Amino acid sequence: MALAALGGALLVAAAGALLLGSAGISPRAVLAVLLGGKAEGIEAVVVLDLRLPRILVAVLAGGALAVAGVAFQALTRNPLADPAILGVASGAAFGVVLAQLFGLGATVVAALGLSAFAFAGAMVAAGIVYLIAATDGRLPIQTLLLTGVIVGLFFSSAITVVISVVDFNRLGGVIHWLLGNLGPISGGSLGVFGALSAVGLWLVLGRARQLNLLALGEESAIQLGVDAERLKRRIFVGASLLTSSVVAFAGPIGFVGLIVPHMLRGLLGPDNRLLIPAALLGGGVFLLLADTLARTLVAPAELSVGVITAFCGAPFFVYILRTRFRGIP
Amino acid sequence: MRPLVELRGVEFVYRTPQARRARPFRLSALSLEVVPGEVLGVIGPNSAGKTTVIRLLTRVLEPVAGEILLEGASLRSLTRWQLAQRVAVVPQDAPPAFPFSVEQLVLMGRYPHAPGRFFERPEDLAIAREAMAATGILELAPYALESLSGGERQRAALARALAQEPRLLILDEPTAHLDLRYQAEVAGLLRRLNRERGVTILLVSHDLNLAAELSDRLLLLAEGRCVRLGAPEEVLETSLIEAVYGCRVGIESNPKTGRPRVHMDWAGAAAAGRPE
Repeated sequence: MALAALGGALLVAAAGALLLGSAGISPRAVLAVLLGGKAEGIEAVVVLDLRLPRILVAVLAGGALAVAGVAFQALTRNPLADPAILGVASGAAFGVVLAQLFGLGATVVAALGLSAFAFAGAMVAAGIVYLIAATDGRLPIQTLLLTGVIVGLFFSSAITVVISVVDFNRLGGVIHWLLGNLGPISGGSLGVFGALSAVGLWLVLGRARQLNLLALGEESAIQLGVDAERLKRRIFVGASLLTSSVVAFAGPIGFVGLIVPHMLRGLLGPDNRLLIPAALLGGGVFLLLADTLARTLVAPAELSVGVITAFCGAPFFVYILRTRFRGIP
Repeated sequence: MRPLVELRGVEFVYRTPQARRARPFRLSALSLEVVPGEVLGVIGPNSAGKTTVIRLLTRVLEPVAGEILLEGASLRSLTRWQLAQRVAVVPQDAPPAFPFSVEQLVLMGRYPHAPGRFFERPEDLAIAREAMAATGILELAPYALESLSGGERQRAALARALAQEPRLLILDEPTAHLDLRYQAEVAGLLRRLNRERGVTILLVSHDLNLAAELSDRLLLLAEGRCVRLGAPEEVLETSLIEAVYGCRVGIESNPKTGRPRVHMDWAGAAAAGRPE
């Protein structure tokens, strides 16, 4: 039921995003293009080549980020965990910048290479955060958040170094991308993005029931029959894959993995079997709305979607911190 | 009768990266049989090895020497979920990281019986509801655990363990942080489960009197060794308890149950201090 409602919201948001834009195309013209009537002309180009791919990227990226958020939160047993806050997104971004140094273009092979670099960066960053923050196998909230922020800063600085040293033209558009940018990508890249996200989703959703048990603590989960080490490794890989594919194709967009799961948990409860598919849909709705705002607020110019999510997310983070963790020293 | 659990010369040493600086702990040559249907109380001072015994019995830790048998089969020959079908633990009170409801918690106890399934089966829900009824929390089913009192959370944890339908139920300090009324409730519940359903219970507790009243036998641990194993009146002897706990105590017999009753000798404690 809740999933159907979210699916409906996603369709409405997608329809709205198709109709809105700086080109000012009438709804009738959009419909005509979609129904296959007109495959040429400026309307067709705007709707089919610009708006539709962008909507697909937004839905995919939002869903993947929200699911990654749920996964990292279950893994760390901490509702404040998020791919950006944990530094994983910065690690992936560093991987992407490195990949661009090698001049990877827009082919499918290049898209795979880009994703591989992003994935490696995400795994390295997440591994470093885990090694620093873990004490006796536990991840205390404060240590985890601090470590994530520090590791994130480190990789951001590393990116800055690369950008400063390398000829700027070889990293075309990198600044815009670093802010989170849902520019249209090629069909091949979209396919790679979709496939990687699907694998990440499968890795996480397939263990949703076990993730519920992990909320009781690792020892209790083991005593209920869960192989906690294998579970953690699988979720770790899945969440890093989701994060890194978004970073590779849309840039490090922050806070989606924090806002969407938290709101949905308030509405639907903490059962990951419902929360993960809901986050997939809800994340899509959220990022689509944010991107539509980014496209229309200062039209005909454009904001980066990452700016919008950060403007929403930062106060939200403070809100959760103040309400949920008031008592923690 | 074949023992439900058998420990044969079990040894354990904590080996952590910090082990060089951590105070060394070792469990030495522990041999023990748990008979089906009995209540075995495990008592001893802090860092005696009580929690280590629970972790060894649930394979959170593996012994470095010796062997643990469950119904005659080595613990190592069972998968984690096979073990969880047979042995359930009621941990010390720790609310989950996310606001799960009582019913969701109790249903988690059904996981080891169908670990490959994504959703619980209808019979899992029936068993979970029965477990909640047995611990008197059926009407609390939809509420978040965070919103319950300590005693209610303890009963929810117990219901979750019962939903596992275990042959051995392990309780880790079941009455810690509970006020008198809830202590009495939990104690009554355990006694009923043992007598009416024949659940074998391993009761780990700091509360010597609770252990003496509920247990058929007591295991007294100190510094990782079995000091004595026997009927409560054999284990709770004034000289032994004073030596192990390092303080003066008085022990008499409870006139209603005939079980030994331990109390601090406050006057003597002030005079003697800690003999070591």
